[in-house]
Amino acid sequence: MVSPVTKKSTNPLALKERIKVARQLMPEQPADERNKNFTEVNLGYSPELARQEALRCLECAKPTCTDNCPVGVKVKEFVELIVAGDFLGAAAKIREDNVLPAVTGRVCPQEDHCEGKCLLSKKVKPLGIGYLERFVADYEQRMGTHVIPDVQPTGKKVAVVGSGPSGLTVAGDLIQKGHKVRVFEALHELGGVLVYGIPEFRLPKQIIREQLDYMREMGVEFETDVVVGRTVTIDELIHEEGYDAVYIGTGAGLPQFMGIPGEHLNGVYSANEFLTRINLMKAYKFPAYDEPMVDLHGKDVAVIGGGNTALDAIRSALRLGARKAYVIYRRSDAEMPARAEEVHHARQEGIDFQMLTAPVELLSDGKGWLTAARCVLMELGEPDASGRRRPVPIKGSEFDLPLSAAVMAIGTTANPIVQSTTPGLGTDKRGYIQADPETQRTTRPGVFAGGDIVTGAATVILAMGAGRRAAGSIHDYLTTGQW
Amino acid sequence: MFKIVHAEFIAPGIKRFILEAPRIARKQKAGQFVILRIYEEGERIPLTIENSEPDKGTISIVVQSAGKTTRLLNSLETGDHILDVVGPLGKPSEIEKLGTVVVIGGGVGTAMAYPSAAAFKRAGNRVIAIIGGRNKELVILEQELRAVSDTVMITTDDGSYADKGFVTGKLRQLIENGVRIDLVLAIGPIPMMRAVAEMTRKENIRTVVSLNTIMIDGTGMCGGCRVLIDDKSEFACVDGPEFDAHKVNFEVLVQRNGMYRDAEQRSLTDYERSKTARVTHEDAEPCAIAQGGKW
Repeated sequence: MVSPVTKKSTNPLALKERIKVARQLMPEQPADERNKNFTEVNLGYSPELARQEALRCLECAKPTCTDNCPVGVKVKEFVELIVAGDFLGAAAKIREDNVLPAVTGRVCPQEDHCEGKCLLSKKVKPLGIGYLERFVADYEQRMGTHVIPDVQPTGKKVAVVGSGPSGLTVAGDLIQKGHKVRVFEALHELGGVLVYGIPEFRLPKQIIREQLDYMREMGVEFETDVVVGRTVTIDELIHEEGYDAVYIGTGAGLPQFMGIPGEHLNGVYSANEFLTRINLMKAYKFPAYDEPMVDLHGKDVAVIGGGNTALDAIRSALRLGARKAYVIYRRSDAEMPARAEEVHHARQEGIDFQMLTAPVELLSDGKGWLTAARCVLMELGEPDASGRRRPVPIKGSEFDLPLSAAVMAIGTTANPIVQSTTPGLGTDKRGYIQADPETQRTTRPGVFAGGDIVTGAATVILAMGAGRRAAGSIHDYLTTGQW
Repeated sequence: MFKIVHAEFIAPGIKRFILEAPRIARKQKAGQFVILRIYEEGERIPLTIENSEPDKGTISIVVQSAGKTTRLLNSLETGDHILDVVGPLGKPSEIEKLGTVVVIGGGVGTAMAYPSAAAFKRAGNRVIAIIGGRNKELVILEQELRAVSDTVMITTDDGSYADKGFVTGKLRQLIENGVRIDLVLAIGPIPMMRAVAEMTRKENIRTVVSLNTIMIDGTGMCGGCRVLIDDKSEFACVDGPEFDAHKVNFEVLVQRNGMYRDAEQRSLTDYERSKTARVTHEDAEPCAIAQGGKW
């Protein structure tokens, strides 16, 4: 991508000076305070910190940050607006490509995308693009000056199935192109994984609510308590309710278990259940809220897995009073899929990482309650299909780790509800919906799909990227009528 | 918000609600359930759909007072609202023409067995219904079942109505009399379903039970409803709720359903206490919760 910027830069610093400016640290709650509350860990840049950080941008002629952003945020341009002090302009610039900047600024694995390719990182730390994105999104929110785009209605109707990051991206993009959009959500609250999965301390729910309010203002309609495939089928949406196109973004699937003895014991949860009880059902406020969960005060808790979901679960357990909180992961630090900042935060908070360790059995007290995980130590062998070195059990290394609760965060499999009730909708051999990676078209004309229900479990930003591409091709389809 | 268009007790502690839920009414099939949440701080609980009237856009559910949520639900009246009702969830009953089908309903389970009995009858089966309750008043839906069954057999634990004994006694009688049974569907308390399963296992009679587990989303996402079927984990919400009774590990079912017993007891005690407190305040609003308020 060739930079469209031809005017002189507003950045007063020479390139050499920019490299000398240190990456501005994100202010955060002290670790030994925040591990007892659900308030957000990161506190956000002040305008001064943001401007200082923005000065570091090298304004590359070919910005690799943008090329590596799944939704193509124009990083160089929005950062330049921060340097110029036009924070609202910067927010508007991000919004051209990203309908959820306050979310991605917080949860995106920037090291795998924009920041990972930042030219600065060849010599020093990369530009804090995520922190800057978050800053302008929050600034815009505080100012309360959303611009409601004035668009010509096209008369076309689109149904979006699922209100998670990909569905909301599709809805936000299409409403701005003048199409009517209605989003269907299975749960009683909107936001998908952003509300049931990601905890308050990493993504405050108020941010989602504000984004949803903004989308409502733009005209997006929402209907909760609708399980598409059960309450209404895709075909009924098209043929009976008159939708011209449907986007399927139903997200994460059925939680996987390890298949080891004892997984049915009381005290053993899937990460989805554990986090849903906490985030969606507010079980930690029991008895003020009715949904219960196992009392973790003074108890030893472990999560099995090394991804973001695993860390969200175990850091929640710590905040719910767990005495010891372990991550049990069968590979080493280098292979952990979790976002770097979360691993760093988790260590600061006192999470005990049991690396190269895997449970082989969950032990019971004889009355159906979990008492310990029997674990085995691993060593890394040859790379497997994922390219990561395969963990191999070390003979005779078994040991018992006493536990009152264990949370399985080892991935998900495809949820079959939509696929099994939509004739002609192609799936791959794992049961995920087949969609063209460029256009997100499925095998059914007029039906598009994206996010985890197509790729399997991935990240918020990749789901949003799919939503972005889908919105583009849905718009093409609706305006040309060509499939 | 889902409006209660009609609510009435059909037995002590057992109430039938007709709810305005047009989308669900259009799609409901025998064996499916809804998940509901009464108010903002409420839990999500699964309840089998008794019946639906697509033309009127209504569904009915039958609720037995047990814990806080069901008691609270049963305090709601015609005209009140329920915050969330989602469904129909779960796989429908597999209805086919088999010959003779014995449908067993224990207590409030009778309301869940009823739509399947009707569907089996419509499919051309001979339907024998066996229903039971602790006493006369807890035998429900007798007339409704008579309308869709060839035979209805009734038992009460205390003998206050029909024959004294348990539903399993009637099933044994059928087996001993040499009645050819092609399928047994049993819905009710876990000990009853377990006893039926043990009896039919020996006779090699295909038997299906409907499992009521702890659930949250009801779409397969959380996995809280997992049950051991043939030693493998399955999810009651998407793989069930009906399962081959001879493959169900009832012990694990009982154990997992008891996971929150202490918390449930505490909720119930707090609820009962708050209700007593409320009665002493003459100006209290009886339907505060239904209208989204807090205690």
